[in-house]
Amino acid sequence: MSESISVKITAEKLNLQDCYDFVHDASCGGIALFVGTVRNKTKDKEVTLLDFSTYEEMAIKEIKKIAESALEQFDILKIAIHHAKGILEIGQIPVIISVSSPHRKASFDACQFAIDTLKETVPIWKKEHFADGEVWVNSTP
Amino acid sequence: MQLEVLFFGITADIATEKSIQLEIEEGLSVEKLRIFLQIKYPNLSNYKNYSVAVNMEYASDDVVLKTGDAVALIPPVSGG
Repeated sequence: MSESISVKITAEKLNLQDCYDFVHDASCGGIALFVGTVRNKTKDKEVTLLDFSTYEEMAIKEIKKIAESALEQFDILKIAIHHAKGILEIGQIPVIISVSSPHRKASFDACQFAIDTLKETVPIWKKEHFADGEVWVNSTP
Repeated sequence: MQLEVLFFGITADIATEKSIQLEIEEGLSVEKLRIFLQIKYPNLSNYKNYSVAVNMEYASDDVVLKTGDAVALIPPVSGG
């Protein structure tokens, strides 16, 4: 099953082409690609940069679980989930998910499932930096 | 028994360190560890919505800790 899954957490710039090439296959009629990008505002407040930290070993495990679950639930061939760590500036890419499948619906569904689940379960945290301070996203009870 | 506790996100800011070694009584549950840590770091009580991972798996409050376990405090995640 592992040749169907590509998982990565890296301090280097994420590579769209790598994610595309990994899932590309002659048997598939479509590839869905989700690209997260750093937004310049949170609730009208200007963001200067984001700092991503992670419990990396556990995060890799949790991302693999998501990929395995997507392969079980949806009629897809391959899935890549790559996430960045460290400091990212506006417009840079924290996450890329690519999925290939014989028919397009499964790719769309799996891609949505993967990003939604990642945002709930994978131990990665972002700190938003503003001109006048910084805050851990989601940390307020 | 000896236990390593890792802190992430806001919990690392509260603890002002990334990990500690704890000497705790045998048979302590995750729930009791939460109480122990909230006494040690009173500000943690303002952020009780953290999860606890034991050996890199999310653990419910009734899980009993063993010597050598790697415990981590996982505040609400915000990847993506």
